[in-house]
This record gives sequence, C-alpha cells and structure tokens, in this order.
Amino acid sequence: MLNHQGNGVTRKSAVFIAVIGLAAALYLHRRISSPKASSSLLPAPAIALTDLSGETLSPSSYKGKVVLINFWAAWCTPCRAEIPQFVMLQDKYRSRGFQAVGISLDDPEGALRDFCRESGVNYPIVKGNQKIAEAFGGVLGLPTTFLIGRDGLIRAKYQGATDFSKLEQEITALLQSGH
Amino acid sequence: MPLATGIKLGPYEILAPAGAFPPTRATMKDSMHRMRRCECVLAICLAAALLTVPVAGAQNSGREGGGAKTSAPASELPLDLIRPEELAKALQSSAKPTVLNIGPRVIYVQAHIPGAEYIGPTANPEGLEKLRARAASLPRDSFLVIYCGCCPWEHCPNVRPAYKELKQMGFTRLKVLYIANSFGSDWVEKGYPTAKGE
Repeated sequence: MLNHQGNGVTRKSAVFIAVIGLAAALYLHRRISSPKASSSLLPAPAIALTDLSGETLSPSSYKGKVVLINFWAAWCTPCRAEIPQFVMLQDKYRSRGFQAVGISLDDPEGALRDFCRESGVNYPIVKGNQKIAEAFGGVLGLPTTFLIGRDGLIRAKYQGATDFSKLEQEITALLQSGH
Repeated sequence: MPLATGIKLGPYEILAPAGAFPPTRATMKDSMHRMRRCECVLAICLAAALLTVPVAGAQNSGREGGGAKTSAPASELPLDLIRPEELAKALQSSAKPTVLNIGPRVIYVQAHIPGAEYIGPTANPEGLEKLRARAASLPRDSFLVIYCGCCPWEHCPNVRPAYKELKQMGFTRLKVLYIANSFGSDWVEKGYPTAKGE
C-alpha cells in the first residue's frame, strides 16, 4: 500500500512540477518575446561606412557573413555595458563568418576612441549620423541592434537592452543555416 | 509532548495526530487527500503569481508615468512627470507647454515632438548652459516640459540634471516626459504627433 501511495505522491509531484514548469516557461516566453525584440526581413541598407581607422566598410565587405550592427554611444550606460558581450561574440564566432560593427551616435571622436581602446573593442566602430540611422529605418533610442543574415536580410532587431542568450542563439542558427 | 508525529514517504512527511502512530489506512488516506488539495492550490497560486508578474510590472510603469511625483532611486530627486498621452493632449489644448528636447541631436533630427526646441544633452556642462540660457527668458510659472528618450528611463543621463537645474531656477510648473524605453517605442510607435528635421 505504501508503494502504491508513494507512486501516487510521485505522480502528483510530477504534475505539480509540470504546472510550475509550464507557468515558468510561459512567463519567460512573455518576457523574452517582449516588443523589444522583433524581426523583419527587410534587406540591410547598402551603404558604405568608414570606421575610426579610416577603413571603408562596403556592403560587399560582409557579403555572405552574419553581421551584427549595434547602434550605441559611449555616453549611454546600458550601451557601454553591452560592449564586452559583443567583444566576446566577435571572438567566439569570427572564424565561422560572424562580424560585429558598432555605430556610435553623438559621441565626440576623442571620447569614442578612448572608450574603444580601454574596452578592447575588437570590431570596427563607425561614427554614425542621421543618414546612417535612417538607412536602418530610424534609430530613435539606444542601444539598438540589428542582426543581418548571410543573405543580407535583417533577421532581428533589438531595441533597448539586448537579450544576449537569445541573440547568441540567433547568431548560431544563422551561422549554421546559411541564411 | 508532541502534538503530531510523522511518517516519511518519499519527499513528504505525512502528519498524523499524536498517539495515532503507526497511522491507520484511513488516517493516511485522509492525509494524502489533504496533501493533494494543498499541492493543487499551491500550484495554481504559483502559476497565477508567475503569470501576473509582467502585468503588474506594466501597471506599475503606467502609474509611474502619472502626473504626480514618482519614485526614483533613493539617491536621486523625485521628478514631476507627465505621461506621453497627457502631453499629447496638452499639445492640442490652448495652454500648450513649452517643450524642450534635451537629448542627442541625431535622434531629434529623425523625429521629435512638434514645436519642441532643441537644447542638447544636459549631461554635459555645455548642454546645461544652453538650457539655462533658454530658460532664463521664460516666466517661472510657465508650463514647461523637458524630454529626452535617448535610452531606458533609469539610464537617461540628461533628464535629472536638467530637472534639477530648472527647479533651482524656480520653475513651478515643470514636468519631465516619462519615456520608459525610448522616444521611438514610447512616442513615435504609439502614434503621437511627430516632426522631423532641425
């Protein structure tokens, strides 16, 4: 009898855990799929950018790569907090065809260079402007990050703080899929 | 004297009245039944709590944006806030406020509140000086609204220095537009009136 009741307890425990798990999953899903992360399949703008070292980054430079475009500013606290994560992603996935590009808005060039040097930024940084921001459909808040597939389509847009676990999943999926 | 004693059964301890040990089949059945009910109630409560957390958060955000003084980290001064919908309404009334943009130019030129004057980021001394110079000519009892929207509210470097400066200058009807995430998501994408350019 004890065994029978023990099985009953185990079964009920499993139901209990399943209900909590389902609730937790729904909760996390609602948080992760908040309006801050949305995607579209518009083509990435075909504009040439010049980074801080004077090198021109033409659209053909990144053809066939998975490209991350991060609009940010050195005066923006949440933007600065994200930089080490982008540095890590660039290191981790560079060999598989991943390229990050930072586009800074409204930063004095001296402060920008200092920050990049101190932060060990390992990807190109471009001094942005209205034209570049509008080419991406408008950047009306920072940070804003776009993820572009190997096919040149904008696969994801993150407004506000980036969900890095989701971002990394999307990067690896794009690197594997060939899109 | 113990009031109850128990029997270990897997992760659970079934309680039985003192003196009733070993428990009878009926006692154990009753305990199991009560335990199942407790599990169900607890599961439902936890599920409900987890699912309502984001909603409660959103409601708090809404309240924060209300016209009254609102919370801020303890180290900061409280701000008199105005919500986007309230400002949009005020802009259509006869008593329009003077609206000053204290954010980055690159965002202002892409989109701004119609009639808003560009001051520039007040996180730096140049921006604060421009704000002082512009505000100097305004009556201290004028309806004045400042806004930025460069980044999430709690991280905006501009609104607090500007508010403090204007309060020190004696403005009595000063409001800060509460922009929770960004000017794009909380004003433009909500369909409020927008102008473009310098």
